[in-house]
Amino acid sequence: MSASDTAPGDVTSSQGMSAQSRTRLKNFAIPVGTALALLLSWQLGVRLFGVPTYIAPAPTDVIGVFFTDYALLLRNFWPTFLESLAGFFIGNLAAILIAVAFVHSRLVERAFFPIAVFINTIPILAIAPILVLIFGPGMTAKVVIAALICFFPTLVNMVRGLQAVSPQTLELVRILSASKSEVFWKIRLPSSLPFLFSALKIASTTCVIGAIVGEWIGANVGLGALIIESTFNFRSPLLYATVFVSSGLSVLLFASVSTAEKLIVRW
Amino acid sequence: MTAVDGSHSQTQGGRDNAASLSQASVKFGEFTALTDISLDIEAGDFWTILGPSGCGKSTMLRLVSDLVPPASGTVQILGKTTEAARLAREFAFVFQDATLLPWRSALKNVELPLEIGRKRGIDIPTGDRSPRELLELVGLKGREEALPHELSGGMRQRVAIARALVCQPKLLLMDEPFGALDEMTRDHLNLQLLDIWKETGTTILFVTHSIPEAIFLGQKVLMLKANPGRVKDVVEIDLPLPRKVALREAPEFNAYCGQLRKLLEEC
Repeated sequence: MSASDTAPGDVTSSQGMSAQSRTRLKNFAIPVGTALALLLSWQLGVRLFGVPTYIAPAPTDVIGVFFTDYALLLRNFWPTFLESLAGFFIGNLAAILIAVAFVHSRLVERAFFPIAVFINTIPILAIAPILVLIFGPGMTAKVVIAALICFFPTLVNMVRGLQAVSPQTLELVRILSASKSEVFWKIRLPSSLPFLFSALKIASTTCVIGAIVGEWIGANVGLGALIIESTFNFRSPLLYATVFVSSGLSVLLFASVSTAEKLIVRW
Repeated sequence: MTAVDGSHSQTQGGRDNAASLSQASVKFGEFTALTDISLDIEAGDFWTILGPSGCGKSTMLRLVSDLVPPASGTVQILGKTTEAARLAREFAFVFQDATLLPWRSALKNVELPLEIGRKRGIDIPTGDRSPRELLELVGLKGREEALPHELSGGMRQRVAIARALVCQPKLLLMDEPFGALDEMTRDHLNLQLLDIWKETGTTILFVTHSIPEAIFLGQKVLMLKANPGRVKDVVEIDLPLPRKVALREAPEFNAYCGQLRKLLEEC
C-alpha cells in the first residue's frame, strides 16, 4: 500500500496536523500572493510607462493617502456608515413585515406586489434625485435610498422563506391543532431564516451603494461626496483610497451578516 | 333534540373501538378517492394496510386523522368525532418523511407537541413517559441534543415516533414510516415498533408497500383496491406474538405472503 492510500485516520497526529496547516497556509497564500503580484505589476506598469498620477496613481500613492488624509477619510466614512446601516435596518425590517403581511393575506399580496415590482424596476439613479428633492440634502434621503435598494430582494426571499414549509409539516401542525400564530412563530419564521440571510447578505453590500448614490446627488459629507470632489479636483490617489474605504465598508457589513448567520442558522 | 347518539363505540366483544368507519367516502373534486369504507378497529390492535398505488391508503389515514373530511358516511375515534379526537390529541401521525424541524434538537422535536397550545391554556395530555424517556425507548439515549441533520434516516424516523408518542395517543397512524429506509434498518425498526406497541398498548394503523412488512407487523391486514379505493379484503394474520426475526423464514409466514400477493394481483 502506498502512502497516498492511507486513510486520514491512519496518519499519525503530528503528520496530520502539519498536512492540515500546510493546506490552510496554501489556501491563504495563493489568493494573497496573487493580489500582491497584481499590485506589484500595477506599480511597475505605472512607473515604467510614466503614467501621470491624476490618470492612474500607483498603489504606493494610494497607500500614502491613507496616512496623509486619514482624518479626511474617517470624517467622510462615518456618515456613509450610518446611512448604510440605518438604510439596511429600515429597508429589511419593512421588507420582512410586508412579507409577513403577504403570506398572511393573499389579498394584500395581490394588491401590493405589483407596486413593489414597479418600484423595483425604477433605476436607483433615476429615483435618487426625486428622493433628494423630497427629503432635502440631509441624511434622510440617503437612508431612504439605501433602504429602498435593500427592500426588494429581501421581500421576495422572505415571502419564499415563509412559504417554504413542507406540506407534511403543515399536516403535522394541523394534527396538533396549532393556531395560526403558533404555526408562524414555531414553523414559518424559523424556516424562513436561511432565505432571509441570503437576502441580508445581498442587502449588506447594496445598502452601501444606495448611500453613496444618494451622496452623489447632493451632499457635502460622506464617501459619495468625497468621490465626486476628488474626481473633479483630479485628486486620483484620494479617489482610489475612497473607493477602497467604500468597498471595505461593504466587506465589513457582509462579514457581520455572515457571522450572524453562522451563529443563528446552525442547521 | 331527541336524536339518539346511537353510535356506541363498543363492539360485541366489549372492547372499545379505537376507530370505526361507516360507509365513509372521500372525494377530491370529481375524483372518488375512497368509497364505502366500513371498518371497526378494536383498541389495542395492530392493523396494516396494503394495496396497489393510488388505492387511497394514505387518504384513509388522512380521513381518520381529520386531515380530509368524509364526503359521506361517518368516522369516529373512541366514540368521538375526528375533530374532537384531534383536539384531545387522541391520535398521532408518523409520516414517511420524518418531518422533524431542522433547527430543533432531537429532544426539542419530541417536545414540540407539548408546546403547541400550551400558551393558549389548552390541556395537553402527557403520557407516563417524559420526552427524554421516549428517546430512550426508541434507542436514542445520548443523542438528545443532536440536530436532525446529524442523525441517520433511521434515527430521524425514531425521533418522529418518539414525538408521536409524547401525548400518549390511543391511536397511532403511520404512513409508510420505514419506506425510505434500507432493509436492515427497516427490519430493526419493525422489531422495535412491535416492542413499543406492546409497551404502550396503543392501537396502530400502519400503511406499507411491503407484503412481508405487513404480515410481520400486523394482526390484521387490510387490503384496499383502486379505482375507486375500497376494501378488498381483511386478512387475519394468525402468527404468534411476540414476533421474532426467524418468523420471516417460517412456512406459515411464506404462505401468508403468497396469499396476499395473489390478492394484490387481483386488485
